[in-house]
Amino acid sequence: MLLTVLAGFITSIFIIPFGKILKSKWSVLLMALPVVLFLYYTRLIPHISSGGNLLESTPWIPSLGVNLDFRLDGLSLLFALLITGIGIAIYFYARTYLKGHPYFDRFFGYLSLFMSAMLGMVLADNMLLLFIFWELTSISSFFLIGFNNTEPGSRKSAITALSVTGLGGFFLLAGLILLGNIAGTYSISELIHSRDVIIGHPLYPLVLGLLFMGAFTKSAQFPFHFWLPGAMKAPTPVSAYLHSATMVKAGIYLLARFSPVLGNTPEWSYPLMIVGGFTMLFAAYHSLLRTDLKSILAYSTISALGILTFLLGIGTREAVIAASVFILVHALYKAALFLITGIIDHETHTRDITQLSGLRKVLLPVALAGLLAALSSAGVPLSFGFIGKDLIYEATLHTPSSWIFILTTLALITNICLVAAGFMAGIKPFAGPLPEPFKKIHLPYTSMWLPPLILALGGILLGIMPDYAGSLFSLQAANAIFGADTQLHLKIWHGFNTVLVLSLVTLAAGTFIYMINKPGKERLNFVKKLNHLSPEYIMGKSVDAFFRFSEWYTGKFHNGYLRSYHLQIILFAEALLAYKLWLSGPIEIDFFSLAMLSVYEVAIVAILIGALIMMLTTRTRLTAVVSMSVIGYCICLMFVFYSAPDLAMTQFTIDTLTTVLFVLVLYKLPPFLNLGTKKERYRDIAVSLIFGIILCMVALQAHHEPIVTATSNFYGDAAYTEAKGKNVVNVILVDFRGIDTLFETVVLSIGAIGVYNLLRLRLKPSEKE
Amino acid sequence: MELLLILVIGMLYAGGIYFILRRSMVKLLLGIMLLGSATNILIFVLGAIVKGKPPIIGSMQDVLDKASADPVPQALILTAIVISFALTAFAIVLLKRVYALLETDDLDDLNTPEEEDI
Amino acid sequence: MRSSILQTATRYLLPILLLFSVFLLLRGHYYPGGGFVGGLVASIAFVLHSFANGTDASMKLLGRKPLSLLPIGLGIAAFSVVLPMFWGLPPMTGLWLKGTFPIVGSLGTALFFDLGVYLVVVGVVLTILFTISLTDD
Repeated sequence: MLLTVLAGFITSIFIIPFGKILKSKWSVLLMALPVVLFLYYTRLIPHISSGGNLLESTPWIPSLGVNLDFRLDGLSLLFALLITGIGIAIYFYARTYLKGHPYFDRFFGYLSLFMSAMLGMVLADNMLLLFIFWELTSISSFFLIGFNNTEPGSRKSAITALSVTGLGGFFLLAGLILLGNIAGTYSISELIHSRDVIIGHPLYPLVLGLLFMGAFTKSAQFPFHFWLPGAMKAPTPVSAYLHSATMVKAGIYLLARFSPVLGNTPEWSYPLMIVGGFTMLFAAYHSLLRTDLKSILAYSTISALGILTFLLGIGTREAVIAASVFILVHALYKAALFLITGIIDHETHTRDITQLSGLRKVLLPVALAGLLAALSSAGVPLSFGFIGKDLIYEATLHTPSSWIFILTTLALITNICLVAAGFMAGIKPFAGPLPEPFKKIHLPYTSMWLPPLILALGGILLGIMPDYAGSLFSLQAANAIFGADTQLHLKIWHGFNTVLVLSLVTLAAGTFIYMINKPGKERLNFVKKLNHLSPEYIMGKSVDAFFRFSEWYTGKFHNGYLRSYHLQIILFAEALLAYKLWLSGPIEIDFFSLAMLSVYEVAIVAILIGALIMMLTTRTRLTAVVSMSVIGYCICLMFVFYSAPDLAMTQFTIDTLTTVLFVLVLYKLPPFLNLGTKKERYRDIAVSLIFGIILCMVALQAHHEPIVTATSNFYGDAAYTEAKGKNVVNVILVDFRGIDTLFETVVLSIGAIGVYNLLRLRLKPSEKE
Repeated sequence: MELLLILVIGMLYAGGIYFILRRSMVKLLLGIMLLGSATNILIFVLGAIVKGKPPIIGSMQDVLDKASADPVPQALILTAIVISFALTAFAIVLLKRVYALLETDDLDDLNTPEEEDI
Repeated sequence: MRSSILQTATRYLLPILLLFSVFLLLRGHYYPGGGFVGGLVASIAFVLHSFANGTDASMKLLGRKPLSLLPIGLGIAAFSVVLPMFWGLPPMTGLWLKGTFPIVGSLGTALFFDLGVYLVVVGVVLTILFTISLTDD
């Protein structure tokens, strides 16, 4: 399994050096990737569908509890098959769709990266690993949305998508870490044992909230849905793959995966039902207002994701079955519809359904695929969609009696709108008379129309043989979500009951709405008027406000003047230190413990202070430098008094050399100019005096603290006995801390080399100024 | 005596801070040196201050007399002094180069060309 | 800055200062002194010489570029760190020759290490000062 996850990463790395070759007919090699992966997972179907699962663990970062743990169960297999299976269709389709595109190789690099990340995510059995792959899907999606990077619109959409999903990822990480801490394990399959601990934990609602944020942003639930229509700026194969069949279902996968551990509590169900329910209704209605084919599909995808969230929120056996089937149903027909849209766009250069009609006469196989996909999407009997729709109604009807009416109505209205939307996308462009400009259109290559046709046919085939679909794909997935045996068994005919009536009503009403629904400019204008209430608008505005704030803030604090940075840092340090001093209370001074004072010491300090004042007030550089060296010599004398002969010698020689250096370099410079204003100077004097006083107090307090002598005693005791030296300071330097000293000499050498090169650097006349 | 040293520390810090708030590059450098000296003395004061007893083991003894000065701060300061020399030297040379190029000691003149570029 | 008084003084001061610096280096393990101070005193000796006789003369006296002292010093210091490893001891273990010597006391890797520090310090200081005075324009 690890290899299958890594395969895409390896491929995308491989594409970097060999991209040029792969642009030619060798690009067929790339097609092997999804095919091989799909075959690998198909081979595992019998094992998994009989209730088994596969575990694989490779150590990675054991200290953090992050291992490359992969686990394949029913739910993972369903997703893995979707990812690789639809991947095949997308790869073949995109190869033709992007033929001759300058970034052809780059596209497949991103796509392989994405496929791997997605596979890794659904297979990961470690929460942190899951998060890493989750973020990788966001990142690869960013590149794919912004693939046409010369268009500002693409770039903007890519950034919007990345910020929304990235924000969600951040919350998800927090949620997963919290969950891992509560449960004491990061292994997903072990979490189930801690279910009671987690649900009883006071932070349980917070964990849920954080996970929901991750799932809702990724799966485009209201109010985070707006990035998905924007993401339609991506090339159509990407929209079909990422933004309908796979990536947007990552949030659903997350909810499904954690459903047995966290689910079936009011805190879990109500938010999911409310958000999912609202999203599915809102987006389904919106899809009827759009004229752009991709927009219609985007909104109907959001609606379908809403349905899935809603079903997982209900969380009953029936709802889980419905969800596990609907994931497959939706992936098949939606990917097909997207690919069809891509062909239409590719051939007619428009996606406006008010202009498209009659294309069946020129694009017959495409029209057939569209029809089949639309039928499955509408849930016409004998299609897989019919079974999916039935199960949804089954789920809403098997809820507590007070809920039945409202939930069923919600589902009914949503489904009616979706039927109409499906017809608009799958049938409308092909029905009616063929306008003159479209007559010259030719059928594209087989590799473009065959994938959607196969996907659409799949939707019908599974509908005719629901038994296979149920036992092979959905049963174990539903069991994994439910956490127990769901005894899922799919049938075409359930007898004449409420569900059938609801299905027929849906179909009839949907068809009726499709007939009378005439989307156009006026409707869009109406939507635009309400725009300032939309989450997208509000988020955009708040992002603008944030930018303005940071611009103001940056301008205020990062004004390019070194001294103002210094001032800020010093003021902050003063405030911090003063606060700390204030907390620690009054300072005590023990006058008896102090060393005696002699005349010499007072004299030296007096000279030092005099030199300091001289240095601060002088107008000439030389005086300042000489004062500096006088201060140095005074310090040197202090070292002599206070038993530090080594320090005294070093300070003396260094001070001499520094003075020589200053004089060598600076004697030519002009005298100091009075650059600051008087006001500034007084302010600076105040700031520096306060700093000095605070440091005095810190030093007093520190001096009052008892000295820890353990280290000093160790060196004092060991210097002669172990290192055979009597000058303890020198023994510390060359023996005990010899490595430190060695690296200090390295630093010195680097400094000298720096000076050497700085001075030998001869700028060309052109580089001056 | 410690009080006197602490006074010196405070004054050196105040002087150093005042200098690094100036516009002149030379003053900035002198300010940094003052701060360095002040920190050295601060570290020195944090050990016990002892007169006339350097941290050297007597010729008849095997271990350091407990009444001697603390060797650890001294070792720290010694390296600090030497390193600060390298820093100062590099800074001085940098200053020389900047002066040779721009013929100014004013820090504000250093960032103006960039701002014009933007 | 050529003054004959200084030149004459340097003629005697240079060997004395150099001798003093070596003295400081050697006794560093027992009395105040050591590689840092010794190196600094030696540099001062050369700086004084260069003031009196010009930097080129000092360079000639030194016989090589001061920059080349850096790798030699670092090499010696690093070698004394690694040396104990040839006897299967952990690096930095002090190795000592038997017997005592005048001034130096016991002879061991610590002194060797200090010699490396000494050379690096001389190299660093002279590189900085000589480069500055040579590129004075």
